[in-house]
Amino acid sequence: MRAVDAIMECLKAEGVEVVFGLPGGANLPTYDAFVDSEIKHILVRHEAGGGHAAEGYAKATGKVGVAFGTSGPGATNLVTPIVDAMMDSVPVVFMTGQIRSDLLGTDGFQEADTIGITMPGVKHSFMVTDANDIPRTIHEAFYIARSGRPGPVVVDIPVDISRADIDYEPVMEVSLPGYQPNVEGNAKQIRQAAKALAAAKRPVLYVGGGVVLGDASEELRALAASDRFPVTSTLMGLGSFPSEGPQWLGMLGMHGTRAANYSMDQADLICAIGARFDDRITGKLDEFAPHAKFIHIDVDPAEISKNVPAHIPIVGDVKSILPHLTSEYRALGADSTRLDDWLAKIESWKKEFPLTYTDTDDNEIRPQYMVEAVYEATGGNAIVCSDVGQHQMWTAQYYHFPEPRRWINSGGLGTMGFGLPAAMGAKIGCPDQDVVLIAGDGSIQMNMQELAACSQEGIDVKVLIMNNGCLGMVRQWQELFWEKRYSHVDMGDYPDFVKLAEAYGATGVRLTDKSTLVDDLRSAIATPGPVVVDVRVTEEENVYPMISPGMPARDMVG
Amino acid sequence: MMNAEGGTSETLSLDDLHASVGVRSGRKHVLSILVENKPGVLTRVAGLFTRRGFNIDTLAVGPTDDDAISRITLTVDGALHPIDQVTKQLHKLVNVIKIRDLEPGDSLARELALFKVTVDGPRRAEVMQICDIFRGKVVDVSKDSVIFEVTGTTEKITAFDEMLKPFGLVEMMRTGEIAIARGRDET
Ligand SMILES: Cc1ncc(C[n+]2csc(CCOP(=O)(O)OP(=O)(O)O)c2C)c(N)n1
Ligand SMILES: [Mg+2]
Repeated sequence: MRAVDAIMECLKAEGVEVVFGLPGGANLPTYDAFVDSEIKHILVRHEAGGGHAAEGYAKATGKVGVAFGTSGPGATNLVTPIVDAMMDSVPVVFMTGQIRSDLLGTDGFQEADTIGITMPGVKHSFMVTDANDIPRTIHEAFYIARSGRPGPVVVDIPVDISRADIDYEPVMEVSLPGYQPNVEGNAKQIRQAAKALAAAKRPVLYVGGGVVLGDASEELRALAASDRFPVTSTLMGLGSFPSEGPQWLGMLGMHGTRAANYSMDQADLICAIGARFDDRITGKLDEFAPHAKFIHIDVDPAEISKNVPAHIPIVGDVKSILPHLTSEYRALGADSTRLDDWLAKIESWKKEFPLTYTDTDDNEIRPQYMVEAVYEATGGNAIVCSDVGQHQMWTAQYYHFPEPRRWINSGGLGTMGFGLPAAMGAKIGCPDQDVVLIAGDGSIQMNMQELAACSQEGIDVKVLIMNNGCLGMVRQWQELFWEKRYSHVDMGDYPDFVKLAEAYGATGVRLTDKSTLVDDLRSAIATPGPVVVDVRVTEEENVYPMISPGMPARDMVG
Repeated sequence: MMNAEGGTSETLSLDDLHASVGVRSGRKHVLSILVENKPGVLTRVAGLFTRRGFNIDTLAVGPTDDDAISRITLTVDGALHPIDQVTKQLHKLVNVIKIRDLEPGDSLARELALFKVTVDGPRRAEVMQICDIFRGKVVDVSKDSVIFEVTGTTEKITAFDEMLKPFGLVEMMRTGEIAIARGRDET
């Protein structure tokens, strides 16, 4: 069998439905195999678009995303999505073509050291040197991408190797002597954690993206319900706990709620679940949660005590640990009234410091209102993607996610241009759900070209551009921390997004009227095919509240 | 007393909880790492140190009795880095099979070094004597230079180096430490 046909067989065996990619000289043989394969391929217009689309697909479905690119520039264009997938632990297999083996190291045409360039940003990578290794390598790549703490895996195949014929035998299992992710948490530690929860008078469950990645939202809800534990979530964990009710504190961190950040500041016990104490969460590390002891549950042992020393570390899969912890806790029969004062305190914070913004009587659309309008127009039920900037933070604050895998954004790397391709991937993975993208007018221009792929393939994404005419988040920092010395954040009135949408074969709409915004959004979303909505919002508006960089959480401003 | 789940119901006070990890040991650590013998593995290990801001003090790589497996011995300063974070990050490399943080008391470490000194006349005898004391060997002699070979712990080699310096040390080469566990246990 041709090695490239074996590649298709392997992808099928892995349950791959779709590949996002773009061909070139070094992966021509692989592209030939697509002609007769049942595997769907979406021709993206830039490899970065393909990489982010594979991420969006993976984030929305929990399955492994797949992106293809050729050697040299094809591979270097994939670097951003690779690192993005690493930072947010997204399972994606990137397959790159490489120049002929006998030319390697000679600076041959379109040679780039793909393995070397991507090494610090991958979970693992493979350079295939023997065509017979292709099937095993592909299965190992998928296994590594999806198991343990998920992440990106690169498979680089020189063109002469992919051209070869091999005796294809389906691969049934992989053997990786140095790779054994831990799943079961230590029973003694779990019992200890239950006891600590029972002893705590001011506990907080601090939830991260690991709960979404580990499909452990139900298990988290059960733990929270075993008593009245307050829950806060990072940007990446939103949706794993319903964004309402007395136990919900809101998002924590730099643009989190005061209730969430004050709770962390005052807590006597913090149970971190699939979260990694990023600097956007802790603020000034020395003054983070000064009264708290920490339970830290994570599948990656290296996360435990990396930034904040854990008192009770539990390494393993949250999905198997949480039910165990819940039943241990229930068995202790702890007296729930010990939490009364704490919950009353939290309630008073929530009352005193709700998320607010100043709306005006005129028809101008405040960016926060735009998100509320999108929430209303979608019934709160859409898969919502975003780019990176103020619009991302406002979406996190004002779109109240009821379920996991409904909120798709680039958290760890903060990649502008992530949104459109990610929305494309999410829609292909979840064709029956509404997929909307709340985009920044700056960010959208970084992968705008994928509108062509959306139009050509009929990928039904609704692009709602929060157009504030500037690189808003940078403008905010210049206003607050650089004495309003604005430097290169104004983007003028360019481009005309409505015309651009039309040029790409999508529907373009411009909205400027607050009074009809919800209805206008509803009808735009109901319009078949890809739609771009240019929503003009207030330019000078800041994301609040805010922990200023390097400050402790209790000193939030705004 | 047992509860319904079969565990003890004795309660815990949060004050009794202590975080034990993340502390700096303050001493040198010798890590003996078994890795798959595949292209790029050393780059992955070295790259990890660079990216995480860890310093490698010495590094030695060699084969094992299994062709598919190599051994990397490296020394890290536990005063600068929390050693458990270093080993946990190393463990995440798919090609890393096993890591052993060798305790100084339970292991033997050796390094080999070559020293070139320019001496002649009576001073030459003096250097030879020092070499003897350190159980070193003279491996090359020319009219105005001598090359010594010394094996031992890092400390011993550093001491020898200090002794030779006043004599006109031209250059020195060190291999970096390798180490092995004492007793029957495999390293
Ligand atoms: C690729 C990339 N370049 C630069 C940045 C720095 N950056 C962060 S937010 C931001 C502004 C984004 O502007 P826009 O998409 O219009 O969003 P807004 O903040 O206005 O809502 C910039 C430039 C980034 N995150 N990613
Ligand atoms: Mg903007």
